[in-house]
Amino acid sequence: MIRLEPRPEPSRAMVYLSPLLAMALMLVVGMIVFTLLGQPPLKAFHAFFVEPINDWYGFGELLIKASPLALIALGLAVGFRANIWNIGAEGQLTMGALAAGGMALWLQDSTGVWILLPLMFIAGALGGMLWASIPALLRTRFNTSEILVSLMLVYVAGFILSWLIHGSWRDPDGYGFPQSKMFESNALLLILIEGTRVHAGVLITVVALMLAGVFFRWSLTAFQMRVAGLAPKAALYAGFKQKKTVWIGLLAGGAAAGLAGTAEVAGPIGQLLMPISPGYGFAAIIVAFVGRLHPLGILLASLLMALLYLGGESAQMQLGLPAAVSGVFQGMLLFFLLATDVLIQFRVRWVGKTSVGAA
Amino acid sequence: MDMNTVILMLAATVAAAVPLIFAALGELVVEKSGVLNLGVEGMMIVGALFAFIVAAETGQLWLAAMVGALAGASMALIFGFITLSLMANQVATGLALTIFGVGLSAFIGQGYTSVALDGLKELSIPGLSALPIVGKLFFAYNILVYLALAAFIAVAWFLYKSRAGLILRAVGESPSSAHALGYRVIRIRYLAVLFGGAMAGLGGAYLSLAYTPLWAEGMTAGRGWIALALVVFATWRPGRVLMGALLFGGVTIAQFHVQGLGVEIPSQFLSMLPYMATIVVLVLISRDAGVVRLNAPASLGQPWHNELH
Repeated sequence: MIRLEPRPEPSRAMVYLSPLLAMALMLVVGMIVFTLLGQPPLKAFHAFFVEPINDWYGFGELLIKASPLALIALGLAVGFRANIWNIGAEGQLTMGALAAGGMALWLQDSTGVWILLPLMFIAGALGGMLWASIPALLRTRFNTSEILVSLMLVYVAGFILSWLIHGSWRDPDGYGFPQSKMFESNALLLILIEGTRVHAGVLITVVALMLAGVFFRWSLTAFQMRVAGLAPKAALYAGFKQKKTVWIGLLAGGAAAGLAGTAEVAGPIGQLLMPISPGYGFAAIIVAFVGRLHPLGILLASLLMALLYLGGESAQMQLGLPAAVSGVFQGMLLFFLLATDVLIQFRVRWVGKTSVGAA
Repeated sequence: MDMNTVILMLAATVAAAVPLIFAALGELVVEKSGVLNLGVEGMMIVGALFAFIVAAETGQLWLAAMVGALAGASMALIFGFITLSLMANQVATGLALTIFGVGLSAFIGQGYTSVALDGLKELSIPGLSALPIVGKLFFAYNILVYLALAAFIAVAWFLYKSRAGLILRAVGESPSSAHALGYRVIRIRYLAVLFGGAMAGLGGAYLSLAYTPLWAEGMTAGRGWIALALVVFATWRPGRVLMGALLFGGVTIAQFHVQGLGVEIPSQFLSMLPYMATIVVLVLISRDAGVVRLNAPASLGQPWHNELH
């Protein structure tokens, strides 16, 4: 019989080991699932985790999927550290992409690339922040749950995008398809690596990773927000401003999601259509947790999650499995992480039947 | 609008409210025990899929509804194990449950997207269903609608009139005191979580068996989240959960009729209505911080383990 026993001190080692343990468990269970589906497990493993990245092009695909995941997860981590639960990054991404795309459609015939692209990214960040400011305002002003409001706004953002690309922003020469005109080259991001789709938007993520590293480590605001998350009462007594924490927590996520959305439409997509993201806004929540809300951890977790996306596509082509298998793996990963996290505070003891009765 | 249209709209409102009634009543019991399960959407959609699969394969709609409930409860068991036995963060685990459920249902359901189903039929009660007005309004729904109503009465009775309900509420208010009195806090919370899962699964089953008898990826369309909002909106009272669900059913149906009245609004803006309405009612209810604090179970969302207390 297994019993949990509180550790005198939280285990530092388990903080780093449990994500690895979660990954290992996900792989083991994944292999079992593949076997049950009648796939030879090694072949499936190869198709899922090796095949997608065994050439430069595939590696590039890994980077351009990891990039939005890491960027959004960093923004969300700012809030999560303070127990601000922005789960609507998917909607903020959509609104950012919409604002940037609108800018491109409006100015691409009259403006050069060096003005247009920065404008698009500013518009994108503002679009995401605008969408995140709604739950922030309602939370600070009316004490409304930011979880439910930010999530509801994901659906609303989707309908706004749908309305625009079915209506005034629809490409008149697009045979009636609900999508905008293709962007001109001055509204598109530069390709960084020849022969791949790796675009300059990846650089934004790299900069964000470094900035977040500095911010989390040295800024007083980040410290105050961390305290607000870990010990809300202590933060209150210390006079840290609660409203500021809510606003920064939500706006950081909104800005990051908006930038990620901009990089998607100015990068691999090149126009506005539905959907803009294959659930990056939700997957980034997992990335933030698996990465322990820490920039380096988020970088590694984003690569793993990107691989799960690519693995799903590859499993579809190679094994004829639905690509949605990615979502199953991603969900499992978070389950296993949350489950193994118990080992940080507790130690597992094997005890005989008799002592269980006494406990 | 003539009388007939009004009656049809009211009946449609009830039909649209049923999945919310199931899911929100389940979540109400879960939250009364002090547990916050944000995975309603995930449990609901898995319930919808498994009910649909059983209905498509066997044609047994009753069995299908039961399997839907069972699927929801199985999902809830995962949540219960991670949050109750392993004491993980309930918010994060609930989110994981939704992400997992949406992914799992899309994965398994891929082969069923074009399958047609003879949905659950409306009852025809001799002598009653044919009555003018009242017949259509009260006696001509499918059986799950009446089950939802029965569930409402049962939950209201259980929470406020039964001894077991009193214990459940005590666990939600103060798990340590309940533990000191000798009640098994974790076991009671497990039962509540499983019940919540089964109810969410039933709500999903109603969607795929009766409301729109088909399977489509993401077909729950946020109803699980709206159910969560309803529990807050209802300030954790079953009667208000029922009223709130009917209100949302009305909003959902209104969008189909506004255009019929000749109002020129793009369909997308009408489709937004239930989500916007959710935000509006949440603001209205949480504006007064005291109302929420007074009514929310005191230990809501906090992990509890008898080793720690």
